[in-house]
Amino acid sequence: MSVMTLVQALNNAFDIKLAEDKNVVLYGEDVGFEGGVFRVTEGLQKKYGAERVFDTPLAESAIVGTAVGMAVSGLRPVVELQFDGFSYPAFDQIISHVSRMHNRTRGKYNVPVVIRFPYGGGINALEHHSESPEAFYAHIPGVKVVIPSTPHDAKGLMISAIESDDPVIFMEPKRIYRAIKQEVADEKFTIPIGKAKVLTEGTDVTVIAYGAMIRECQKALVMAKESGISAELIDLRTIYPIDKETIIRSVEKTGRMVIVAEAPSGFSVGAELIAIANEEAFLHLEAPPKRVMGFDTIVPLAKGEHFFMQTQEKIFYEIERTVKF
Amino acid sequence: MIFSDFDPKEDKIFRIIDNEGVTVNAESMPDISNETIIKAYKDMLFARTADNMAVSYQRQGRMFTYPPNIGQEAIAVAAGIIVKDNDWLVPAFREMGAWLAKGVSMKEIFLYYMGNEEGNNFKNANHMLPFAVPIGTQLLHAAGIGYTINYLKKEEAVFTFIGDGGTSEGDFAEALNFASVWKAPVIFTVQNNQYAISVPVKNQTKSKNIAIKSYAYGIPGIKVDGNDFFAMYSVYEQAREYTRAGNGPVLIEAYTYRKGAHTTSDDPSKYRSKEEELEWEKADPLARMKKFMDKKSLWNENEDELIEKYKNDIDQQFTEAENFTPYQLDDVFRYMYVDMPEDLKKQKAEYEKFLKWVEEKK
Repeated sequence: MSVMTLVQALNNAFDIKLAEDKNVVLYGEDVGFEGGVFRVTEGLQKKYGAERVFDTPLAESAIVGTAVGMAVSGLRPVVELQFDGFSYPAFDQIISHVSRMHNRTRGKYNVPVVIRFPYGGGINALEHHSESPEAFYAHIPGVKVVIPSTPHDAKGLMISAIESDDPVIFMEPKRIYRAIKQEVADEKFTIPIGKAKVLTEGTDVTVIAYGAMIRECQKALVMAKESGISAELIDLRTIYPIDKETIIRSVEKTGRMVIVAEAPSGFSVGAELIAIANEEAFLHLEAPPKRVMGFDTIVPLAKGEHFFMQTQEKIFYEIERTVKF
Repeated sequence: MIFSDFDPKEDKIFRIIDNEGVTVNAESMPDISNETIIKAYKDMLFARTADNMAVSYQRQGRMFTYPPNIGQEAIAVAAGIIVKDNDWLVPAFREMGAWLAKGVSMKEIFLYYMGNEEGNNFKNANHMLPFAVPIGTQLLHAAGIGYTINYLKKEEAVFTFIGDGGTSEGDFAEALNFASVWKAPVIFTVQNNQYAISVPVKNQTKSKNIAIKSYAYGIPGIKVDGNDFFAMYSVYEQAREYTRAGNGPVLIEAYTYRKGAHTTSDDPSKYRSKEEELEWEKADPLARMKKFMDKKSLWNENEDELIEKYKNDIDQQFTEAENFTPYQLDDVFRYMYVDMPEDLKKQKAEYEKFLKWVEEKK
């Protein structure tokens, strides 16, 4: 075991896969020499060479489009898009090719690509650097979308993502890249894609979150406990395929649902979760499900961001209202 | 190399035979056997026959929208002769001669245009990607495959295609740039058939020609008479040799004319003149090749009989496509993922219940 940040845990996952499989290559803007703007790939070019860990010209569509070509010809590319808000030029490649090559060729070619990028707010970043576009990607048939919330999960899920024969969009909560340290096993391990995790068991309300919001939820749960509320906290871990079974089981038990995420609430993962509760656990619901999510606005710049971000107070406030409904 | 003799800056065009089939550039004539010349002509004739039949099937309502290749056969047929079995073919959707050379069957082409993804599987075509309908995106796949070839030290090359309209897409620029930076063994062909649906190439770019865009990426580019099989053959032969020698990609502008419609849903009489079409008729790739062969007395087959034979073969494959196993509900789901999510299995099961209800109601 070693104490690792999320950045170090991801780096460790890449190190393990690069050592194990010569078909794994890592690339993107500033990924090679510098090790990425967040240093997630630091030291890997030196260790594995510039043929396997490298910088590309600055073009996101090309970074993802060339990965499609590499994947169909036998490699397992792991590509970095530098920020959430810069992932959009690659959208066409993701929706038109990454997600559907396997279907279009009736299984002749698959696209084992990992597209990873830091997402979310809370770090006083520039414009276009604080976005949470998970719903865009989860809406695309043919890809899987993964978001870890701890160093341990980041390592296990990343190894699973690289080993996945299906394409994976891997979104990294940049706000907690270095904010959380945790004991992580040094050896290789995997965490299955598509399985949520119940972090805290409870009976009064189900709180569902992912990424950096887990930490805020945990703080809110302390406040809830002090108020005599027994909340169950679920970390989705995978946005798609979403773990309906774990969600339904919990909502059937508690009858109440609060969803916490940074993205705008309209047409979101939160909306999907409420649909699941309505379709699958309707008669168990004792209160309207609640989305504790961003406004349907642009993420404000740093001075206004606190209105947009979900805090422990806001989460607790909505938990209490839902329980008292 | 021929590329350096035909600098796109001077807007030169590389040509070996003229419209009358007369050799105008004997020193560039490739070393090519009579059998290959005859085969090339037959391949072009087959492609044209297949196109004519496809358009007619579409008109009969037996097939959906189809983009014919008519007028552009020399380009794809030349590429098809040069492309090796392990080379990659990354098509757009107007390169029939090359697909057939790679091992694609007419049955598959018909299946695809009847609306069945099974036609994109290309069972017997090694190293070939499916047709690419979004314009320009496939060029990046070609660049990525080129990276793999270098990385795994394979002896392969990539042949990829786009039209003149596609050169305005960002992916065109990105693909040429990445391939150049990576020295990827990719042969980029732009089939400049003068129109992107209705938009003439003069409204697509203010570059002197398309080949000149190669300058921006530090790679060789050449404008070739795309209706001259010998010129296309010669350029592909040299391009493959150049790129396999580790020099990186090349850009070929195949200057041609789409004699037919963009697709069967298009009516070119709305945006181009009869005079223009008649002018280009003189440069028809099959007619030119035929004149060349006649001068050398290379051709002594009965062309009408040959076309009949092709028609029978094509019609048989069309019938097979029409009688292909009907589309199953499972075909919608089974290839979405290698590892199918539980929820998709459930969506399918629920639809099956509905189908059962419909059945029972009868």
